Amino acid sequence: MNENKKHIEDIAEIRNLMEKSSKFISLSGLSGILAGVFALIGSITSYWYINISYPKLSNPIFLKSLSIENESKILLILLAFLIFILAFGTAVYFTTKNRKNKSSKLWNYSSKKVVGNLFIPLSIGAIFISYLILNNYCELIVPSSLIFYGLSLINAGHFTFSDIKYLGLLELITGCFSLIFIDYYLLFWSIGFGALHIIYGILMYIKYERK
Amino acid sequence: MSIILNLNKNFENRIRLGIMSVLVVNDWVDFNTLKEILEVTDGNLASHISSLESNKYIETKKQFVGKKPKTSYRATFYGREEFQKHIDALEDIINKQINIK
Repeated sequence: MNENKKHIEDIAEIRNLMEKSSKFISLSGLSGILAGVFALIGSITSYWYINISYPKLSNPIFLKSLSIENESKILLILLAFLIFILAFGTAVYFTTKNRKNKSSKLWNYSSKKVVGNLFIPLSIGAIFISYLILNNYCELIVPSSLIFYGLSLINAGHFTFSDIKYLGLLELITGCFSLIFIDYYLLFWSIGFGALHIIYGILMYIKYERK
Repeated sequence: MSIILNLNKNFENRIRLGIMSVLVVNDWVDFNTLKEILEVTDGNLASHISSLESNKYIETKKQFVGKKPKTSYRATFYGREEFQKHIDALEDIINKQINIK
């Protein structure tokens, strides 16, 4: 009987070490929800800018030396960048906070692998999209951001909870639809980066964090 | 009887079991990372590593990062097979116990 207890403990220990060494366990659900909210705010701001503010403008507002078209491009890119920084910042903040409760380093072996595998496809995506912007293929920006983001998530999913793979898959599907219905790019952007993140964040929160 | 034979004496020790658990789900893992995950002392870890190595369950790679030597380990194919057999045996024993009850 004692022998049997030892075997059960052995199995539990094996499972624990496998998880601990290969999975990055601390992505916070709350940061997902906030990232989604930021993305929605960004979408609404750009919707307002593109459809209401921009058509009324005759001169650039901030950057007087540029043409109005170039200024609008720069403003939208800055907005996207700001949203990205905000979302990324909250992810790091909440994840660090979570870690402190669980007495383990944030920047450990498995988190390095997650970040590495996330950033390789993501940076290729950034280069690709910069090229699209520079060459005025603006209609392809939303589908390619969604698709590259989805692929990055699937790639990172090998090293963290596999739930993130499903998020990646949904991003890919959204990306493909946004390619088909290219005029509704803001709607698909809001679904992909806003709604999906919020839903994913809520599910993660319920599954792993609520006690 | 056969089930008992499948339990591998080499994996009875918790630290050796731990080393194998980490290595079967990862590629190369260096000494310090192993130490951190398993929460053991240098000497303790080193002695268990060399015993696993002499059984050809794991292989070693030595590199220099700047001027510091860095040793990394990986489970061999043979080591993975043996570890899998050991886990299967553990599971079998536990399942049998449950059935008896």
